[in-house]
Amino acid sequence: MSLMSKTEIAPLIVEAAAIEEAAKLLYIRACKILPDDIKAGFTRLDATETDATAKTILATMIENIGVAERMDNLLCQDTGIPIFNLLIGRNVAVDGFALKEAIARGTARATREHPLRSSVVHPITRKNEHTSCGDRVPVINIDFTDADRELRLEMIPKGSGSENGSFLQMLIPADGLSAVKRFVVDRVIQAGGKVCPPTIVGVGVGGTSDLCMHLAKIAATRPLGSRCSDAEGATLEAQLSEAVNALGIGPQGLGGDSTSFAVHVETAATHITMNPVAVNIQCHSARRASATFTPAGVSIGF
Amino acid sequence: MTHHSLPMPITQDQVRALRVGDTVTLEETLYGIRDATQIHMFDHGRRTKFNLQGHAVIHTAPNLRKVERVGNNHSGYEAVCVGTTTSDRMERFTRPLMEREGVRIIIGKGGLRDGSLAAFRDLGGAYLAVVGGAAALETTWIEAVEDVDMDDLNPESLYKFRIKGFGPLLVAMDSHGGSLFAKVNDEAARRRQAVLEKLGAA
Repeated sequence: MSLMSKTEIAPLIVEAAAIEEAAKLLYIRACKILPDDIKAGFTRLDATETDATAKTILATMIENIGVAERMDNLLCQDTGIPIFNLLIGRNVAVDGFALKEAIARGTARATREHPLRSSVVHPITRKNEHTSCGDRVPVINIDFTDADRELRLEMIPKGSGSENGSFLQMLIPADGLSAVKRFVVDRVIQAGGKVCPPTIVGVGVGGTSDLCMHLAKIAATRPLGSRCSDAEGATLEAQLSEAVNALGIGPQGLGGDSTSFAVHVETAATHITMNPVAVNIQCHSARRASATFTPAGVSIGF
Repeated sequence: MTHHSLPMPITQDQVRALRVGDTVTLEETLYGIRDATQIHMFDHGRRTKFNLQGHAVIHTAPNLRKVERVGNNHSGYEAVCVGTTTSDRMERFTRPLMEREGVRIIIGKGGLRDGSLAAFRDLGGAYLAVVGGAAALETTWIEAVEDVDMDDLNPESLYKFRIKGFGPLLVAMDSHGGSLFAKVNDEAARRRQAVLEKLGAA
């Protein structure tokens, strides 16, 4: 038996230098241009908001999106913790270690060369290296897809105001789904205006403790309009979206209908004795950028 | 609902004239302050060279570009993007900031708690809400980064900004016990039961 099989077609090879350039470009682009789905989300909230103060705040946020694009400036001062999702398709040849180093180099160059505020410090000494990098940061998530000869790099500058709105509870089966729902509603009330509403509330249901938290992050950073692929999860996210927007928290926690663009749910199978739920919140500056490498070249998007 | 245009610094009488729901535009001078700045000032006993009496501070840590210190620029920085951060983390510094440094106005997002509301009442102060995440717009209200102190804490140094038309900002907490955040929180708590019932989770 051979451990290696011959591929019929030449694999996609992405050089580390190209990843470094993409990482730099994506960090800066993500900080400046909001994805179309988020812009559409603002239009929708602005059309349905009934509170006068909330309308004014939404108008300021929409104006800011335009100012950032016209002046080629950052949407928000918080450059966040840099997160990169690396999605590797089939027939892709990568030097994984070189790729991780290239992402960090690109992040540091964006920070120094733009310049961007380095928002990253050592957790104990609080020392800032002014590179937006440190031990295990940028956060790099690696997964594999069935896309042939395609490598996708996604960048998310995750702001701290909303990231501090992160919660995990290891509920038990006897608590039921109602406790999951109560947890989400109560954490949204607790977060109030601190997480920069209108938000995307990411909810993880199931898995292990760490997977549950990660599901919440995936949910919080998913495009608006996308739905949970699990039917039960999709029902739950629709119910919770309506629920959190009935609380009256509103934009910036100053009252109104527009507390969240949406609640997103992601699910994973869990243990017979477990019922974990996690919340991770994304602020209204729900920034993303992506680069997709194929044999035809690289395309930049959200 | 009154609009106030305030060239900084201001007096206690001026800050006590502000009422929740009023709007304010600040002129001339604004100081930028943050978690680390206040941890060093109040937990580590560091003192600032700036006189903050009667002034406004904004909870911020800006994006800056290094430039030559020439003319009125004593900081060696120019603004790239200046916004605001979540105020709640800095709740315990409100009273010392007012008592020791004489600060009259705090600007930020997400609001402060009861301790700050009591300090505003006792000492004469107010919290003005600026729209968080609208930093590109806010940067257009900043004319210059005039000076900086405690710059070893960069980007959490204490910054002196020259401002023009900084606002409109919303008076969200005043010196008369008014707080829009407390009002919204109370309302959310009141609505909670009905929301849970609709979810079948009461």
